[in-house]
Amino acid sequence: MKEWFAIIMGASLLVLMIPILYRIIVGPTGFDRILCANVIGTKTAVILVIIGTLFDRVDMFVDFAIAYALLNFVGAIVVSRYFNRTVPLQEMEKDKAKPRRRLKA
Amino acid sequence: MIDTLASAVLAEPVNSPGWFLVHAIGVSMGIVGLIFFLGTAVGVVRFPDFYTRMHAAGKGDTLSTMLMLTGFGLVMMEDFSANSWLLLLKILGIVLFIFITTPTSSHALMRAAFEDDEMPLGEEDLNKLRKRRAKSKSK
Repeated sequence: MKEWFAIIMGASLLVLMIPILYRIIVGPTGFDRILCANVIGTKTAVILVIIGTLFDRVDMFVDFAIAYALLNFVGAIVVSRYFNRTVPLQEMEKDKAKPRRRLKA
Repeated sequence: MIDTLASAVLAEPVNSPGWFLVHAIGVSMGIVGLIFFLGTAVGVVRFPDFYTRMHAAGKGDTLSTMLMLTGFGLVMMEDFSANSWLLLLKILGIVLFIFITTPTSSHALMRAAFEDDEMPLGEEDLNKLRKRRAKSKSK
């Protein structure tokens, strides 16, 4: 019963990842892509625990899942810092003058 | 040593009704987590804007991952030996970690998007969207 629960859970997780993969491919901005990659990375930690159940080595795979969640978090923080341009104070005054770009709907 | 002692004192047969209850709670937590993840997937595809998509992705992702991992931790438990307690503790450690880090990373992403002049949809954008939907429906 444990094995069947793991198999059904993993298969439905994989099926539900397809719409999020769609948003990664066609996402209008880069931030959508990063966000959805982050979602898939979080779900990969769950899938690692499921794989551990199927191989009967959960104690080992749980450590993998911890490391994967850590790397995912660090990756998201690094990418958001990369896009977050820190502007000097004088240029910020100039930036206020120009209008902000609007999203094209 | 501790393992043999604990299992001698606390071991119960796996098929007893108490264990069935624990496993049923674990399975239902996993199913509820799947429902939340379905909400995340639908929201990420259908929302019109980056910030609204982030609303769906941030919340649903955190809660569904926590529920699924806790459910798996309960399903894994088969006796009260030290090994299975350690396993449950490790899985709860992942749950705590995700509970802290996923909101943090979505906050950082939201901050980066706002600094990068990515504006939320305004009134006129929504009107344009509504007109386009009405056109595509009338076709």
